[in-house]
Order: sequence, then structure tokens, then C-alpha cells
Amino acid sequence: MIEVKELVKSYGVTGVLRGLNLTAPNGQVLVLLGPNGAGKTTLLRILATLTKSDSGTATIHGMDVAKNGELVRQSIGVVMHSPMLYGDMTVSENLAFFARMFGLPSPDRRIAELLQRVEMDRRADIRVRLLSHGQQKRVALARAMLHSPRTLLLDEPESGLDQRARCILEGIINEFRSADRSVIMTTHQIELGLQVADSVAALERGRVALHEPASAIDIAQLQARFSEPTEALGAL
Amino acid sequence: MAEFHSERGSGDQTETAPTSEQQDSGSPGVFVASLGVIWAIARKDLLLELRNRDVIVSIAGFVLLVFAIFTFAIDIQQADNAELVGPGVLWAGIAFAGVIGLNRAFSLEMERDTLEGLMLTPISRDLIFLGKALGNLMFLAISIAIALPVFAVLFNLVVFRLELLAIAVLLVIGFSSVGTLFAAMSVRVRAREIMLPLLFLPVVAPLLLASIEATADLVAGDSWSEMSQWLQLAIGFDIVFVIVSAVIFQFILED
Repeated sequence: MIEVKELVKSYGVTGVLRGLNLTAPNGQVLVLLGPNGAGKTTLLRILATLTKSDSGTATIHGMDVAKNGELVRQSIGVVMHSPMLYGDMTVSENLAFFARMFGLPSPDRRIAELLQRVEMDRRADIRVRLLSHGQQKRVALARAMLHSPRTLLLDEPESGLDQRARCILEGIINEFRSADRSVIMTTHQIELGLQVADSVAALERGRVALHEPASAIDIAQLQARFSEPTEALGAL
Repeated sequence: MAEFHSERGSGDQTETAPTSEQQDSGSPGVFVASLGVIWAIARKDLLLELRNRDVIVSIAGFVLLVFAIFTFAIDIQQADNAELVGPGVLWAGIAFAGVIGLNRAFSLEMERDTLEGLMLTPISRDLIFLGKALGNLMFLAISIAIALPVFAVLFNLVVFRLELLAIAVLLVIGFSSVGTLFAAMSVRVRAREIMLPLLFLPVVAPLLLASIEATADLVAGDSWSEMSQWLQLAIGFDIVFVIVSAVIFQFILED
């Protein structure tokens, strides 16, 4: 269970989150929508313990992200905009390094399993800087799952992914749901979001403007209200 | 579904990566695990350096250039010139070159947001600091090992002695800990190339002074006891700044 209460975050005089409240039960996929600057990425960064909030609380599986950062990070897997991989190390070297950081004692089998899952096993010995952005995102997804996290935090994970990679992503999200684990994902692609979501929260000016089950969402209404870019829909 | 049932298990089990709470418990297993993490970070930096040779080439190249320029500028054949200016040129050259290398070492970590990747793992921030500082220490040590024979030849000074090894070890410990801290501080600043030397050099001035004076005593043929006050200053500096830098580092990483 993820619970966010009255979360406030400002950068200088610019308020990004203004008393945001949100809950996401286990075994559910929560999709965050909203225009640029609505606070989606900031919320994910706070949940991922990368950014500290000014006030309010955020808990993941009962652990306060501000007070139990290291324990929280053991239970989450994160994919942000940037793949966060070492360009001059191979795919498997990157994963082996991060496995070491997550304390996995003999990660070879796990790495092989995940590379197969994201269909990057044939590129395991290629340096990351030689891969396309989409391929790097696949490796980032594998890294996020190395320690079998209970929750996945995905910040626009579809960006740069081709159709096949997007299918893999959807498959992984569905597997998390069926294993009673949770996913929080931001996206600008409403249709993709609705396809995978159990519930949808739309953020506007640092607050939750709408939080409903995905089945109750009217795409046209959502688009009209939050002025999502229409070209993203066209691309689908 | 394979990814949820690996042999290792899951994020809902206790992992072996040492957290701050486990470190505080002080058990030998956790201590060894912490050393393993520190070494893994440093080894990763060394591997990347072996592949792109950015940092060591910058440091060693710059310091050799400084030595060469000073041998042209000063008549080191005359009287005691080499003994007088040699120690200053040696360590000041390494300090300036170190700034370039430290800047580069941290820029590489920021270019692909890999520092944030490290911050997303459950290891404590002070282990990240110690791992990065150990990596920088190795870069500085390798650069000094390259530069020292050239310095000895150019200045015609006998420097290959145990005393100089002690001075160099104390200097690289202090430089790498303070340098890692300030490199992390300045890396997000727009004018980071200027900011790092402005922050770093005044703080390491006591260590630089101690190293230069101890080396001057060494080339003058003084004994351990005569240079001990400078070595004590360097030891004190290292103890204080390794601890202070590790504590401050975690606050610098916060957004």
C-alpha cells in the first residue's frame, strides 16, 4: 500500500506539489496523468527517496520514505526518464554492478533471466553507450527488477520504446499486478495508461484533480479537461 | 512470472546490502559487506577509467606539464634551487592537476545520471561517498606514481624514500575525501570548472602546506622526527576531513 498525505514540495518560489493526497493499494496499477509541470515526476522522485518533500508524508508498505529511505529502496524498483546506466560498461556488467549494490549474492542466473525477459540477452556483452535509447530503457527495466521489488515506479517508461518493447513493458506490469505487487506509472499517453491501469489519478498544479477506477474514465473528457497532447494519441 | 521467484527472492526480504541501521549495529558481517560495497564502487570507477582513460590522463598529463614549465622557468642547476622550489612544485602541481581529475570523475557520473542510479540502491550514502573517494584516491595515486619518476629526473632530487610514500599516502587520502565532497557539491553548478578549485584549494591548503614542508625536510636530509609535526598535521587533517566529508556528502546528494 502506498499512501501520500498532504505532500508539499517547492523549488524556490515555485510550488510543485501543493498538499497532494493519494493512495494505491497492493496489486494495483496506478497511472498518473497530467500536463507538464503538474508534479508527476516530483511525486515519483519523492517516493523513490531521490527528493525530500517540504512537508506531508509518503509511506510505501508502511515505511516513511523520508525516515526509512534505505528500507524503502529495498522494496522499490525505479525507471526514470534517464536509463541511469554506465555507458562504458556492458549490459551484463551494469546489471552485475547494481546487483552487488542491491546485495544479491550470486546474481548471474537472475541477470540472465531478466535479460531474457526484456529480450536483451543477445546484447548482454555490448557496451551500453552503443545501444539505442529504447534498448537502454529495456536494460533499465531489468535493473529495476533485479531485487524483485514489491513496487515499481515508472516515469514515462514508454518513451523511446518500440512496439515490441511496449508489449514487454505491458507484460511486466500485468505480471506485477497478478503477483499482488503494485505499479505507479506516469505517462502522457492516455490510451496506454488506461490499457494497463486499475486506477487513474490526474494531477493538476500539484494536486490530485481526479482519482477514479480506469473503467470509469472517459478518455475524451479526460483529454478535454487536462489538455493532453493529441499527437501522443495519434502515435498509438 | 519468473522474475518474482528467483533464488534470491525479493525486495520484501532482507537484502545483504548494508543499510545505515545495519552499519550502526557494528557486526563484523555488516562491516565486511560495507567494505565490499565500497570496493565495488571504486572498482567500477577504475574499470570505467581503464576503458576511457579520462581522469588519469588529465591528472598525469597536467602535472607533467607543470613540472616541465617550472624546469624551464627556474634554473634548477643553480645552487639549491631544486631543493627550495621542488617540493612546492611537486605537490602544488599535483593539487592543481587533481582538481581537473576530480571534476572529470564526477562529471562522468552526472552525464548519464548514474549517481541517481546509485542513490536508488539501498546502500547508505556514506558508502557511496567512501566508494567514490576510494576511486579518486586510486586515480590520484596512479597519477603520482607516473609523475614522481619524471619529477625526480627533472629536479634531480632523491625522492624515492619511505618518508615520501607516507607523505603521498596522507596527501591522497585528504585530497580524495575533500575533493570528492567538493566535486559532488560543484557538479550541479553551472560554472563548476571554476567552483571546484575555489572551494577545494583553500580547504586543502593546510594539507598542502604539511606535504610541502615535510618533503622539504626530506630533501634537506632531515629525519622522521624533524618532519613529524607536518605528518601529524596531515594525519589530523585526514581524520577530521574523511569523517566530516562523509557526513556532509549525504546532505549534498539531497535534492
